Amino acid sequence: MLLLIARRLGLGLLVALTVMTLAFMLTRLSGDLAISIAGPAATQADVEIIRKAYGLDRPLYVQFFSWVGRAMVGDFGQSYFFKDSVANLIARRLPITLTLGLTGLSLALIISIPLGILAAVRENTWIDRGVTMFTMVGQAIPSFWLALILMIVLGLNLGILPISGTGTWQHFVMPGIVLAFTAIPALTRLTRSGMIEAMASDYIRTARAKGLSRARIIFKHALRNAAIPVVSIAAVQLGFMLGGSIVIETVFALHGVGYLGWESIAKNDFPVVQAVVLVLASIYIGLTLLSDILNALLDPRLRTG
Amino acid sequence: MSEPIAIQGPLQAPLTSRVGMTGFAIGIAIVGIIAVAALIGNQFVPHDPFTQDLGNRLKPPFWMEGTQAGHLLGTDQLGRDYLARLVYGARISLLIGIMTVITSGVIGITLGVLGGFFGGRVDDAVLFAITTRLSIPVVLVALAVVGLMGSGLGLVVATLGLLLWDRFAVVARATTMQIRNLDYVNAARCAGASTMHLLVKEIVPNIASHLAVVATLEMALAILLEAALSFLGLGVPPPLPSWGLMIAEGKDYMFFSAWVIMIPGVALFVLVLGINLVGDGLRNLLGSERLR
Repeated sequence: MLLLIARRLGLGLLVALTVMTLAFMLTRLSGDLAISIAGPAATQADVEIIRKAYGLDRPLYVQFFSWVGRAMVGDFGQSYFFKDSVANLIARRLPITLTLGLTGLSLALIISIPLGILAAVRENTWIDRGVTMFTMVGQAIPSFWLALILMIVLGLNLGILPISGTGTWQHFVMPGIVLAFTAIPALTRLTRSGMIEAMASDYIRTARAKGLSRARIIFKHALRNAAIPVVSIAAVQLGFMLGGSIVIETVFALHGVGYLGWESIAKNDFPVVQAVVLVLASIYIGLTLLSDILNALLDPRLRTG
Repeated sequence: MSEPIAIQGPLQAPLTSRVGMTGFAIGIAIVGIIAVAALIGNQFVPHDPFTQDLGNRLKPPFWMEGTQAGHLLGTDQLGRDYLARLVYGARISLLIGIMTVITSGVIGITLGVLGGFFGGRVDDAVLFAITTRLSIPVVLVALAVVGLMGSGLGLVVATLGLLLWDRFAVVARATTMQIRNLDYVNAARCAGASTMHLLVKEIVPNIASHLAVVATLEMALAILLEAALSFLGLGVPPPLPSWGLMIAEGKDYMFFSAWVIMIPGVALFVLVLGINLVGDGLRNLLGSERLR
């Protein structure tokens, strides 16, 4: 078990390092950073000053290693636009994105697990087909469009929720619903197929033969086994949701990390872009690690690594 | 977004074949109609998608009051014919979907087949590449690339193609592993076939059906992502009528004239649903429950 964790941890670090390299290369794609930062009105002298001030006159590999070295201890440099340290910016925005992510994931689980169970125990009936249709529809709805529709219906027509901003918990309801919708189809299908598989297994037949009630069989025996992949996937799914929250945060002007990423891309604020990519990737890596460990705890067969 | 690789169990038991086939037929019909509209639709629309007419701004579509004859779906905030823009937008969506699938397919299938066929170190490297790719936030990186290098159709395709190969690689790798030691592969090997021949002539054609299912999913994903990027202003540049861009441009007017975001949104939804139905039908036809 410890060996497994150690191996996964090593792999995760290696992946994180690769992502750092890619993130660094990404922000150098545009060519000369100093010119982009200085803006179109700048003179050659301005550009030189900026190049010196931000250390962009050093060789690329020096810039890279200095960035990696400092990022290891949590120092991501200064933001060009916000006039604050990148670490501070992210620390302030991260709770908002995490709140959104957890809200979305909880909503998704609350909706998709019962739906998946319902479809599985009523396999091949119109209920099952209805659930499948629902997942197909959910998969095809563009999230930003769903966001706008919710704004019109819940925000304007019914007037029960604020349309955009970050102030109160009500501001998280609509974004949470939209984010949940990005995960519901996959989680519902996973629960459904897991339950169908579990219901057809030998231990369920044994439970039936013992004369246990249907509710007890479904909820106590089948669900426990079907839940294992769902729980572990939920962690990974949260990682994807946080990465995908940039669109939703931008639509709702929810000032989380994703919105910060969008702002800094629009403002050519490269240290922030690099750091946001790295932070989101690290969270994903951490969550997959957690998922692997969770899996191994739940299923002893996976512990050999 | 992309799906985790960890999923290996049967993700969706096939529907009863009749229902599955109905969905497949509907999907093919939807995609077919949109494809035909994209190819020759402009012949039947009497307007140009780029011509502005500021005297006729935001005219509502035919089912609402105050509509204007000749503009079946109304006009946008610059008085451009909405139907003409919608039809042109179908071309952009399909073009980006197809080109992205080709780009990401080549990358993903190559990696997956190599990893699955050779195993060992090669496979480790491929798995590492997939893991790394999955940890990269797609939307953010795509936005950053387009934001830094300037928006454009070609760049969007290249960016999405370089980001969306993971599922191709996962499926190509898994299916290659299943068939690499089957008799016909070994027979070809004994007959002295080169490795290249084995991969291209024996392996790839036999996993192609699985890859076709992945292709539909990736195409739907690429179309949704392009719309999201264009919606955020960092995808296809105006005045090109990408559906995502049309929704973004209509956003300021949506509280008064909701149809400006409903029309392109529904078009996007229907196209993606159609492609997914085709994918689902293919999966049922193949009985390949292990793919999604």
